[in-house]
Amino acid sequence: MTRSRLLAILLPLAFGVFVLGGWEFLVRAAGIPVYVLPGPLTIAAKLVEDWASLAESLLVTLRITGLALAAAVIGGGGLAILFAQSKWIEASLFPYAVILQVTPIVAIAPLILIYVRDTEMALLICAWLVAFFPILSNTTLGLNSVDHNFVDLMQLYRAKRWQILWYLRLPGAMPYFLGGLRIAGGLSLIGAVVAEFTAGTAAGGSGLAYRILESSYRLDIPRMYAALVLLSATGILIFGVFAALSWLVLHRWHESATRREQ
Amino acid sequence: MLEQSPPLVSLRGVEKRFSNGTVALRGLDLDLRRGGFVSLLGPSGCGKSTALRLIAGLGAPSAGRVDWGSAQPPLSFVFQEPTLMPWRSVAGNVRLPLQMQGMSKANAMPLVMKALAGVGLAGFEKHYPRQLSGGMKMRVSIARALVTRPALLLMDEPFAALDEITRSRLNDDILALWAAQGLTVAFVTHSVFESVFLSDRILVMAARPGRVVADIAIDAPYPRDDSFRNSDAYAHYCRIVSAALKEAMAAHDTI
Ligand SMILES: Nc1ncnc2c1ncn2[C@@H]1O[C@H](COP(=O)(O)OP(=O)(O)OP(=O)(O)O)[C@@H](O)[C@H]1O
Ligand SMILES: [Mg+2]
Repeated sequence: MTRSRLLAILLPLAFGVFVLGGWEFLVRAAGIPVYVLPGPLTIAAKLVEDWASLAESLLVTLRITGLALAAAVIGGGGLAILFAQSKWIEASLFPYAVILQVTPIVAIAPLILIYVRDTEMALLICAWLVAFFPILSNTTLGLNSVDHNFVDLMQLYRAKRWQILWYLRLPGAMPYFLGGLRIAGGLSLIGAVVAEFTAGTAAGGSGLAYRILESSYRLDIPRMYAALVLLSATGILIFGVFAALSWLVLHRWHESATRREQ
Repeated sequence: MLEQSPPLVSLRGVEKRFSNGTVALRGLDLDLRRGGFVSLLGPSGCGKSTALRLIAGLGAPSAGRVDWGSAQPPLSFVFQEPTLMPWRSVAGNVRLPLQMQGMSKANAMPLVMKALAGVGLAGFEKHYPRQLSGGMKMRVSIARALVTRPALLLMDEPFAALDEITRSRLNDDILALWAAQGLTVAFVTHSVFESVFLSDRILVMAARPGRVVADIAIDAPYPRDDSFRNSDAYAHYCRIVSAALKEAMAAHDTI
């Protein structure tokens, strides 16, 4: 490992330790009560103490996020492929996809929760709504961005429509799709959390956002922080997984994943 | 030279007008004789690429006809740019046309290897296009064109990006392939020297609108090698073709 890469890992770590240490010190030195601002150690202890219930909630949130993302990949990707088949289909449907996207999810969530009885299904729909657009728009752009010379080449080979899609458009759209996926991964988590907040404790949810709400009613601040830490960790995990996936798929050919030779 | 057999393809009064109004070709008459090696020579923008694309069936002429004697024979196109799919390895790119024909990988790979060896790229199968030099990419593109054993090979300035040595080696290789496989070749180039060395016929084009202004037969026997490059006949033809090209370039300056 080169010096600069080592530094790139060590520096943010050192900064994190410094901030956490400062936080802990401040809380102790100023004698701030735990129900106002708990120190990192208190939060960590809470995380361990309540691990059973928090982990259960984490799984619930993860499941909704994952399912919503999967549905977004299928829905957004499928719709993008459909759009690529005909300009008219794209022109007719795309504006509605945009409308769905620009309407804030917080505003639609209560309606969805009214119409869809099953809370989990409602949460899933909310998370899906925010996650599917980046995949749809990125993949559509990618499928339409193929070099015309390649299309000419395929025409010379008398390639069939599905062959052009499979051997040319889909691989060409891959970098765009993966970019969309990275955005959608974070958004589906946000969608799931927003929907859970909207559903509130009454709906009998059990995800991490619900834990935060519940803890706030009980003024259990350390537990709020603990759930928050888990949410952030989930977001980081999702980002990391898709960054790795992106690298895995693209590192042999795409500029975004290859190092520039000096 | 006698025209015994009907031409492989003939273009009559071909016009190409692009959607932005540019008239790239007008009144283009052109015959490709079976087994011939024809070069299209002309200033930049005179419609050489456009003419080649029309022959290949990429886009229809706005007016005029492209007539194939019988059926259109299997043809290959080498574009001005390498046009390699960056996500496919070298072997994968060369295999693409065979794959589109539905040939299995097991059957295709020996042909792919042979085609790559033919352009001096044996051992580079697993590389990706971004790891190759410009000239190597072009050679992959040529291997991809030859792997299907076409009857007609259309080449659009395939060697423009190459160094002199590689270029003259590939010139020799193309001539060998042409002689061995009974190919018909239509070759676009900017280079007078290259066109004289390779072709049995040179069509000089003028621009705005693109058309053929001179049809020069190069009556030198094949096989041609370095001794032809150094011969008086070669120098003689180069002078004639240069003069014709100069005239063609002047033709559009006066319009
Ligand atoms: N897709 C297009 N749309 C509009 N105009 C075009 C298009 N392609 C080519 N042209 C125009 O047609 C004319 C002929 O272009 P073409 O590419 O055939 O030239 P060329 O002889 O191959 O030139 P070069 O030697 O530089 O490659 C040019 O004036 C060009 O601007
Ligand atoms: Mg050209």
